[in-house]
Amino acid sequence: MAVLTAPERTSPAPPSPRGGRARGPRRTPPMVLAFLLVPLLAEAVWVFWPALQGFYLAFTSWDGVSAPRFVGLGNFREMLHDEVFRTAAVDTVLWLVLFGGLSAVLGLAAALLLQQERRGVGFYRAALFLPVVFSLVATALVWQAIYQPDGVLNQLLQSFGLGSLRHAWLADQDTALYAVIVPALWRQVGYVMVLYLAGLKGIDPALYEAAKVDGAGRRQRFRYVTLPQLRSVNAVVLSVIIIDSLRSFDVVWSLTRGGPYHSSELLSTYMYSTAFQSLRLGYGSALAVVIFVLAFGVIASYLVRAFREAD
Amino acid sequence: MAASANSAALRRRRTATAGFHLGAGALAVLWLLPIALVLVTSLRSFDDIAAHGLGSRPRSFTLDNFRQAWVDGGQQRALINSLLVTVPCVVITLALAAMAAFALSRYEMPFRRSLLLLMLGGNLLPPQILLIPVSKLSELMGVYDTLPALIGVQIGFGVGFYVFVLHGFMRAIPVEIQQAAVVDGAGPWQIFWRIILPLTRPALAALSALSFTWIFNDLLWAITVLRSDTKMPITAALIGLQGQYVSMWNVIAAGSVIAAAPTVAVFLRFQRHFVAGLNLGAVK
Repeated sequence: MAVLTAPERTSPAPPSPRGGRARGPRRTPPMVLAFLLVPLLAEAVWVFWPALQGFYLAFTSWDGVSAPRFVGLGNFREMLHDEVFRTAAVDTVLWLVLFGGLSAVLGLAAALLLQQERRGVGFYRAALFLPVVFSLVATALVWQAIYQPDGVLNQLLQSFGLGSLRHAWLADQDTALYAVIVPALWRQVGYVMVLYLAGLKGIDPALYEAAKVDGAGRRQRFRYVTLPQLRSVNAVVLSVIIIDSLRSFDVVWSLTRGGPYHSSELLSTYMYSTAFQSLRLGYGSALAVVIFVLAFGVIASYLVRAFREAD
Repeated sequence: MAASANSAALRRRRTATAGFHLGAGALAVLWLLPIALVLVTSLRSFDDIAAHGLGSRPRSFTLDNFRQAWVDGGQQRALINSLLVTVPCVVITLALAAMAAFALSRYEMPFRRSLLLLMLGGNLLPPQILLIPVSKLSELMGVYDTLPALIGVQIGFGVGFYVFVLHGFMRAIPVEIQQAAVVDGAGPWQIFWRIILPLTRPALAALSALSFTWIFNDLLWAITVLRSDTKMPITAALIGLQGQYVSMWNVIAAGSVIAAAPTVAVFLRFQRHFVAGLNLGAVK
């Protein structure tokens, strides 16, 4: 995971002869403690404490006005019979596979193409990367204009003689989810490409030379040199993709609000509308817990890797 | 013989170059096309678009859409709100993160590693689990629907990640430098301010560029702790614009251009830092 932290590592200092004023385990200067405690407090107030409350609220029924009422696993039992929850869960998995899988594949392909140091390659990289800095809301509005019934996509289809394919892309239950994935992909591919470009750069050219000497063709070099060497980057990309997928909210919210008829509903949008529009705060918290459980594996494995690196 | 082999190799190289530019060029055009469409649309009049369609050849030129989005659509105030949130957030988050990273990387402390991972773990949580409690908490603290609430939650949620990245960076600074300073009688503050912080500058630059775009582009936290239209940042205002000017693509496009301009400017100005930052922080 060279991409994660600075590569060099030095072991902690041996205690200095005079008792190690700066690094001694016995006396940490109070100022240094304050340096740590202030940020920790900020995170405790805005993250740790709310997170604990969030888990508690998942076991309650609450309208936000009267006191929360403890209902045990009632919210989770309700999910079993909730059609919308089922749709949102399926859509989230679809999103994970399509958005995640395609952005990884396309990002790697773009990186392989643009890793060559040729004239003009900087421009191509910048072009693919530019959407990464747009907000998802702006991205969504750009694509909304493309998807309109009288928008650019339909006009293009018409002019290619494919007028029969004309479509209200965002208003049709069968196409809404896929129409929302495309803008998200458009924005994500450049990001994944940058990660892979760094990974490809880190591969020792001698490996390719050796493979060439051994008579390996282009495809074999990719299969037996590039892919294994990219393993640590793949792990990073996988974490990024899963965490990003489960967080995806803005683009769906700005394009469809999860509709029509929940056909593009993700767990994240369903959670938001349940909590802040239907004001069912307990059930919304339970949905958030489901998202947390889905993300937990990735978070845990990420932390384990970070733990190994932390020293 | 050698000459013909040479020219064959040359020809092959030329073909490869042409193929590369053809492929990469097509890809770049495909990626830039939506952006070009928005730029063009933002400069056309409503009548032109209504009469000929979005994809037609433009027959008009006007800057009035920008005025409409900026003044009537409330984007001016929204952009100011965004900057009022983003700039303090970036500065305070990175300052706090640098302090914590300094403490965790340069001093021996009990539970050092666990604290580091706890802070990182907080940032990896899906925000959904925090939304309801955070909105209630800000009501309780009397800051609901104010910009300080948004600043607070952005700092609290972001800081753990930056601590982790900066910790990795500071850990790599040789111990001897610090020891020399201690021998010279420097206290922790001087070590932090005069020695460690300057050496961490590349990482700080990269993270500033990155966090600026992340915070500026946020929508979810804003609509969780804010309510009034007058306090919303540019992302939420853009959604408002979409509702206010339904099907007036010229104004919506102008609004999108305004909303994207600051981050594009940061990207173009600090491109190298930006890409370095993404690789430092392959979490988000």
